[in-house]
Amino acid sequence: MSGRDPVAAGLPPLDRREFLKGLGAGLLVVLTPGAAWAQESGRGFRGHELPKDISAWIAIDADGRVRVFTGKVEVGQNIRTSLAQQVAEELRVPFDSIAMVMGDTDLVPWDMGTFGSRTTPTMGPQLRTMAAAARQMLIEKAASNWKVPATSLHASGGKVADPAHQRSIGYAELTHGEKLVKVISGDQPLTPAADWKIAGTPVPKANGRDFVTGKHKYPSDIVRPGMWFGAVVRADAFNAKLVSADSSAAEKMPGVKVVRDGDFIGVAAEDSSVVRAAVKAIEAKWDAPAHQQGNEGLFDYLKKTPEPGEESHPHSRGSVEQAFAGADVKLDERYTVQYIAHAPLEPRAAVAEWQNGKLTVWTGTQRPFGVQEELMQAFNLPAAQVRVIQLDMGSGYGGKHSGEAAVEAARIAKAIGKPVKVEWTRAEEFTWAYLRPAGLIEIRAGARKDGTLVAWEHHNYNSGPSAIETPYEAPNQMIQYHPAQSPLRQGSYRALAATANNFARESHMEAVAHAAGIDPLAFRLKNLTNERLRAVLQAAADKFGWTKARSTAQRGYGIACGTDKGGYTAACAEVEIGSGKTVRVRRVVAAWESGAIINPDGLRNQQMGAIVQGLGGALFEHILFGDGRIRNPYFSAYRVPRFADAPQIEIVILDRKDLPPAGAGEIGLIALAPAVGNAIFAATGVRVRNMPMAPEAPVPGIDPSPFRS
Amino acid sequence: MGEYTLHVNGREMHVSAPADEPLLWVLRNRLDLTGTKYGCGEGQCGACTVLLNGQATRSCLTPLNAVAGAKVVTIEGLEQNSHLTPVQEAFLHEGAMQCGYCTPGMILQATSLLNETHEPTDQQIVEGMNGNICRCGTYPRIVAAVRMASRLAAHGGTR
Repeated sequence: MSGRDPVAAGLPPLDRREFLKGLGAGLLVVLTPGAAWAQESGRGFRGHELPKDISAWIAIDADGRVRVFTGKVEVGQNIRTSLAQQVAEELRVPFDSIAMVMGDTDLVPWDMGTFGSRTTPTMGPQLRTMAAAARQMLIEKAASNWKVPATSLHASGGKVADPAHQRSIGYAELTHGEKLVKVISGDQPLTPAADWKIAGTPVPKANGRDFVTGKHKYPSDIVRPGMWFGAVVRADAFNAKLVSADSSAAEKMPGVKVVRDGDFIGVAAEDSSVVRAAVKAIEAKWDAPAHQQGNEGLFDYLKKTPEPGEESHPHSRGSVEQAFAGADVKLDERYTVQYIAHAPLEPRAAVAEWQNGKLTVWTGTQRPFGVQEELMQAFNLPAAQVRVIQLDMGSGYGGKHSGEAAVEAARIAKAIGKPVKVEWTRAEEFTWAYLRPAGLIEIRAGARKDGTLVAWEHHNYNSGPSAIETPYEAPNQMIQYHPAQSPLRQGSYRALAATANNFARESHMEAVAHAAGIDPLAFRLKNLTNERLRAVLQAAADKFGWTKARSTAQRGYGIACGTDKGGYTAACAEVEIGSGKTVRVRRVVAAWESGAIINPDGLRNQQMGAIVQGLGGALFEHILFGDGRIRNPYFSAYRVPRFADAPQIEIVILDRKDLPPAGAGEIGLIALAPAVGNAIFAATGVRVRNMPMAPEAPVPGIDPSPFRS
Repeated sequence: MGEYTLHVNGREMHVSAPADEPLLWVLRNRLDLTGTKYGCGEGQCGACTVLLNGQATRSCLTPLNAVAGAKVVTIEGLEQNSHLTPVQEAFLHEGAMQCGYCTPGMILQATSLLNETHEPTDQQIVEGMNGNICRCGTYPRIVAAVRMASRLAAHGGTR
């Protein structure tokens, strides 16, 4: 199996320092900072300098196996495979010889985390640069051994070949027992995408077999010798203080220990069946603030309650007021999005073990070094005393940046002196993790009769600044993000606020087109000069058959596009309106472009998944809350997309081998909701400006949608 | 605590556990069969699906004392002598997963579906699988995988 996880593959655990010291087979190449290097990879962050020697990133084992070390983590986005492809490509080794070592803070170079679609544009070039430098070193080493010019040699299949003398030597033979040191430039010539043989191909998921046989170990699957099971007594509302707790009954239960520390009440049990009963046996009284903001009045609250000290930077050009006054078509509307939950199928889980003062935690997180820092702070430990091991996990979608379960497990483990596993319940994950922010977006637009956009004003309250700027040409603009005090804990979510901003913008663009009496695709193209966005818009429209699509009362067709983080997407949606105003999305054509493609199969999988996941937020997902409580923290009360919700999906991929690859895990979401909303409008003439657009029951605090899912 | 004998993946296994402990936790915490996943604890997501006498069953809602004497098959029990079942082969071939956490439950649900309906229509696949959640949204690929598994099984593979 290629790109395999050495732990999953049953290889012995590797201590990096021992490995380097013992084998002495590493390549040490010191890279001088080059332009690309400084820009993308060598940037220090909070005192963290990325290592410049190849051996920190790539090790060639004595048997020719190549280990690649990265702080990026695999959460289902398929980078274990796509990064391995890129290293194999540049190093000229078979894909199968690569083992990716990911997200283990003792073994891999520091990394900020896996988010923001940064793996492909930053870690990819980083590892490719290292691999290319290593390849060059190996060629030079062989040249020196054979006393021939390096230019007469080439590397392929894990060997350096000398065609003139019909001989070759394996990488492992070249590196054995020796470290190669040389200063080279950071700007290594990388293999152009047009010449790729391993990158750019649909290599199947690394370790795929382990996933269909149940062998793959997720964080929640970890078991340590002598491990106990832990859980935490939760407050009955947000912002509550502990008044009193009677844990005497729990403490009398056999094999149970209660850990008290301020408002923290942890429970540990030797037997897994006892731990939840012990939690229930603790009588805790909490004091919560009397009135806490809920769904009712949420958007007025967000607008009226700015986050103090959080400066809001407006993007302004020309004069919106003047342009608006002189426009033929004027439209002023407000849009909302609700809090939604990531609900990764694997809730937070961690196993913590203390040994001789060193803490090791196995957990699921997008930021292993962030969790390491949380643990260092919680227990006042230096980095060397905290090891976080992230195993390819049951996903995150931006929802697992934090290490709550890790800290909880470590606290309980420290107190009882045994390894402890803490697994959050589904209700805990819904309640005590963080949410995709709710937001209010107000847009005012003006256009001339001929469809020329002249004024664009866009205000986003709370949901975020991602993709807030319009890709359309509007000579007069005023665009501003207004951070607010969120009543609920909020954080990153796949595509961040690009989904909300694009929903509002693309819905509004459609409404302006309609008011001006112009075809929505033609209106967009008229005001759009960005060639890459135009290309996906046209590609989606062509594949969908947009020009022939005629909406009826029962069937609507909608289109939308968007760009962020170097990804360009457009979607056409076909929506069926049933009796009782039910909405079913029947067909989606999505076009995607993000530069050169590393793995077309993985890319298609991501885009398809983004469409399906995006349907949830577009149509029905929403958090119900009030008085400091989440009211629907269960899958039976929080609807997520299921098989029956999935439309026919066609993905059109534009491969731009002439452009550097951008990340593709997030932005596939952002055109879906407005395309669906525009399709609903095309069929019914009703514009739904609130996401979700067709909830099971009206969402409190907003005008009820006439539509149901 | 009671003593129970279970038939799991063709083997007799003895466990000591409370009578009402969900099978999910017996498998995961007492028998070291962690391929069966927790996702919700209320039978809504299907991550914990196992076969009970050949039928897809939510192990998170199945108490231990209800399975004594029954034949339990978990994801670990499908592969025989390094041969994957048609459903496993098909999931692999179609790349019908992203994070893969739902995959064991999906595979067992699909196995159960194909045991009952050898050549399901797409509509029957959707209905038969609709109780299983994939948050990564790979449903179209899973439908394709079940379709392919049906064809593989028809050509001589064992279900």
